[in-house]
Amino acid sequence: MPPINFGRRYIRLKGLIKLRIDARSLVVTAVLLGATLVIACFGLMIGTLRLSVHEVFAALSGDAAKMTRTIVVEWRLPRVLAAMIFGAGLAVSGSIFQSLTRNPLGSPDIIGFTSGSYTGALIAMLIAGSTSFIGIAAGALIGGLATAVLIYLLAFRKGTQGFRLIIVGVATSTILSSVNSVLLLRSKAEVALTAAAWGVGSLNGISWAQSIPAMVAVVVLLLIAAVMARPLRAMELGEDAAKAHGIRSERTRLVLILIAVVLTAAPTAVMGPVSFVALAAPQIALRFTKSAQSLAPVAAMGAFLMLGADLVAQRIVPGTIFPVGVVTLSLGGLYLVGVLFRQARSSS
Amino acid sequence: MTSANHLKNNSGQAQTITSLRSKRLSGFIVALVLLAVMMCLSLMIGAKQLSVETVWQALFSNTDSYEHRVILDSRLPRTLLALVVGPAFGLSGALIQAVTRNPLADPGILGVSAGAAFAVAIGVGVFAVGSLSGYVGFALAGALAATIIVYVIGGGAGKKSPSPDQLTLAGVALGAVLSGFTTVMTLMNSEAFSRMLNWTVGSLARKSEGDVWLVLPLIIAGTLAALAISPALNAIAFGEDRASSLGVNVLLIRGIGLVAITLLAGSATAIAGPIGFLGLMVPHCVRWFVGPSQPWIFLYSLVVAPLLLLAADIIGRVVISPTEVPVGIIMGFVGAPILIILVRRRSASKL
Repeated sequence: MPPINFGRRYIRLKGLIKLRIDARSLVVTAVLLGATLVIACFGLMIGTLRLSVHEVFAALSGDAAKMTRTIVVEWRLPRVLAAMIFGAGLAVSGSIFQSLTRNPLGSPDIIGFTSGSYTGALIAMLIAGSTSFIGIAAGALIGGLATAVLIYLLAFRKGTQGFRLIIVGVATSTILSSVNSVLLLRSKAEVALTAAAWGVGSLNGISWAQSIPAMVAVVVLLLIAAVMARPLRAMELGEDAAKAHGIRSERTRLVLILIAVVLTAAPTAVMGPVSFVALAAPQIALRFTKSAQSLAPVAAMGAFLMLGADLVAQRIVPGTIFPVGVVTLSLGGLYLVGVLFRQARSSS
Repeated sequence: MTSANHLKNNSGQAQTITSLRSKRLSGFIVALVLLAVMMCLSLMIGAKQLSVETVWQALFSNTDSYEHRVILDSRLPRTLLALVVGPAFGLSGALIQAVTRNPLADPGILGVSAGAAFAVAIGVGVFAVGSLSGYVGFALAGALAATIIVYVIGGGAGKKSPSPDQLTLAGVALGAVLSGFTTVMTLMNSEAFSRMLNWTVGSLARKSEGDVWLVLPLIIAGTLAALAISPALNAIAFGEDRASSLGVNVLLIRGIGLVAITLLAGSATAIAGPIGFLGLMVPHCVRWFVGPSQPWIFLYSLVVAPLLLLAADIIGRVVISPTEVPVGIIMGFVGAPILIILVRRRSASKL
């Protein structure tokens, strides 16, 4: 029997793992990963002390001066790695949320997960007095989850329209930022200062000790998400279609939500809320791949965007290092403005 | 028989019209009385509670005692400030809802306040503006630019009037971009911005009297312009085509409306900082009482907005006493749930 022509080129893996890989997605992923590695290398080179490519590789392989090694491995590498992994995590989380809500605006930053995480973390820091990563992460996780559920319920009325979801998200974020301000006003100045700094997502001064638990969690969940990609896409077609594909939709949905929630909460617990990567990365990736079959291009796009944004944040004004959250907010907002502008022009 | 019935119907209609008018008038008087009571409460309540007699003495036979000084130097100025910026925010909200025919419009949601804040940040960061009076020009320019940009992005440049959804999304997106840029500017020059930090949360405290006099003429001009075009806005509520056929110059009215929104929202934001949701809530609450008549909505908004603003300010003074919560934060608590209720029942809140 001749193979079915799907109208797209694909590569078929035979053997232990049977896979049909979309050729276009593969190329996009490879190009994005290449670009990400180039800017990662760049990120290891630049800084107060400029290093050459040669020095960076020497430091990574372990035969460089102690000072260079410390700079590259202890200071710059965790930042670069965290940006890539967390970017990928946020992007995949956004993609899952967008698929489950069947709505391009249904990403965790829009549906209030991110601002809820901040409130949760603030409560953990300021009221429960927790300073450990686990405490803050738990606070962020619970806060984010509660907010996401709340917003989804508030916006749900015979299904969730994108518009209503976004407005309810904005309104809830406003309430939460009021709550946050009150929490900060109530507490002692020095504690409040640390907590407030966390409020703008930032990779400044990140260390291995801080980021390793979250990085491991994100990588593991990304691998699980890769396995779940196929049922996810089937769910996108609707409940009935998913069932027809042999998917237990309730259980799959629950597992997917859990994965997506942790994929946002873990980076948020370390960096603070970084918005718009989760919203924009899946959509931009879709523009290149023209197929939403695989999550790999989405993850690569997230890593690329986050690392790029962090480099911009570090380099755009000499002498000042901005939090990466500010850059993603500005660029992501511009992206949203652009999308809306094009929509408005085509509709009128 | 039929003509008698007809007559009866007619007189009945006339009666409902007069009763509607008297209902609107009496409601307006009640609102005025409530505002006076709220002003009195605003003078009485704070970190130290004072009696009505003390307030009366401070106002009319001031003995320069400590309590009298608290009233005259601290509580009276902020009460008066609420009387100036409250109507400006409320009316700008009513106006922006009427002009865009969008029940969810608000200077905050449509990015007007963010535009003003961003322009002020440029003023502080780039041109080293240090005084509140210097903020006003920048805030006005920013408010105008943001209003126009949101209107264009939302599809207002096309032939059809922009849909409420598009316009709201455009406002939210632009607001996000501008607040991102504002944060960038703040972080670049933190010393110059230590003063501005107070300003980014809307507050009625710590404003000098001179600043109020500076923006008062602008707010009065905006109010007069709004009231002047309010009958024409009634016609626009039926749709552009019908308004044109009723002899309304839609473009001109929209232009005047835009200028008035800028004057009201821009100058109020310049002096009190961005106080969100007041412009959203007030016209909706008012519409429940007066129905769809723009002149009445505008008149009521002028009174109800400072009433709500003062109430929020008083709550902010006592809720975690002795620390004061800025009124902008309290407004977020009160206003955001109302926004959620409004999006949930869209049909009920149409203009």
